[in-house]
Amino acid sequence: MVGAGIGILSWLTFLISDRGIGCSTAFAQTAGMLERLFRGEKVYLRPYFREVVPKVDWGWMLVVGIALGAFASSLLSGTFSLEVVPALWAQRFGGSVPLRWAAAFLGGVALGFGSRWAGGCTSGHGITGTLQLVIGSWLAAICFFVGGVLTAHLLF
Amino acid sequence: MLKRVRTSEPAQLVLGLVTGIAFGFLLQKGGVTRYEVILGQLLLTDFTVLKVMLSAVLVGMVGVYALRDLGLVRLHPKPGSFGTSVLGGLIFGVGFALLGYCPGTLAGALGQGHLDALFGGAVGTVAGAWLFALAYPRLRRSVLLWGNVGTLTLPEWLKVNPWAVIVPVGGFLVAILLAMEAAGL
Repeated sequence: MVGAGIGILSWLTFLISDRGIGCSTAFAQTAGMLERLFRGEKVYLRPYFREVVPKVDWGWMLVVGIALGAFASSLLSGTFSLEVVPALWAQRFGGSVPLRWAAAFLGGVALGFGSRWAGGCTSGHGITGTLQLVIGSWLAAICFFVGGVLTAHLLF
Repeated sequence: MLKRVRTSEPAQLVLGLVTGIAFGFLLQKGGVTRYEVILGQLLLTDFTVLKVMLSAVLVGMVGVYALRDLGLVRLHPKPGSFGTSVLGGLIFGVGFALLGYCPGTLAGALGQGHLDALFGGAVGTVAGAWLFALAYPRLRRSVLLWGNVGTLTLPEWLKVNPWAVIVPVGGFLVAILLAMEAAGL
């Protein structure tokens, strides 16, 4: 019934914040803010950062909130644990920390690149877009899982 | 009142944080911030992720369209094309399986203490988003426009009342959810 709760949460974001839940934009904004640290205002010469403005906004705070909410929930249910390598990964590929973190980094690069290419992620397209019956979002959500299922079966 | 809250930047920052806390709480409760649960879904052995998503879509769809009929909300469809959704979606999928989290559950995994979500995942995702910003000028007038569908929704495409789509889609989602429950997935 967690899913129903997320559905109700989406009613509230449309109503109170006039937008839908989405997470991947925040990662692009973070990239832009980091680049601004080094290159200053020149970051705005990139067409992408004129469209996706690197700043702390509702969506950026949302991602910070997710980490806090999951932290609170895991503490309350006693499931918080510092984990360096997931057990399932260790079973298949061994307990090497550099190997897992390198794979996680490469996976993250594809995830960040792909989510910005698709214009959204599992929440922005997969939940918010599909619940609005947007054709492009249904297509993206299906492709997230097609790509994911194929890759997972190659890995395991 | 609603308009003032919607246009107040500080209020929206706080609301974003509060919404995120609720979302992160729910994601963690649902178990989808765990690597094993996401990989279980992609390996088709554990359907928790799909159950959470489809029930969120079912409840969200009915509520958001009802609020829209009452004139309280407007839709926010993201523009897309076959080029963005299919190619971007497949690249995303590769990362999804290799990392074992998506951008939202990544933050949640970090919150519950999974360090691979931070040192590998979050750093990589920011790097990947930045690489896309570099590639964007070359992509935006070509591949990103292939098979453009814009912000078209299913009811608009079919030129019917939204409820003529919501009712059958809702029924279909209920049937899938019940079937997964019955199959013990």
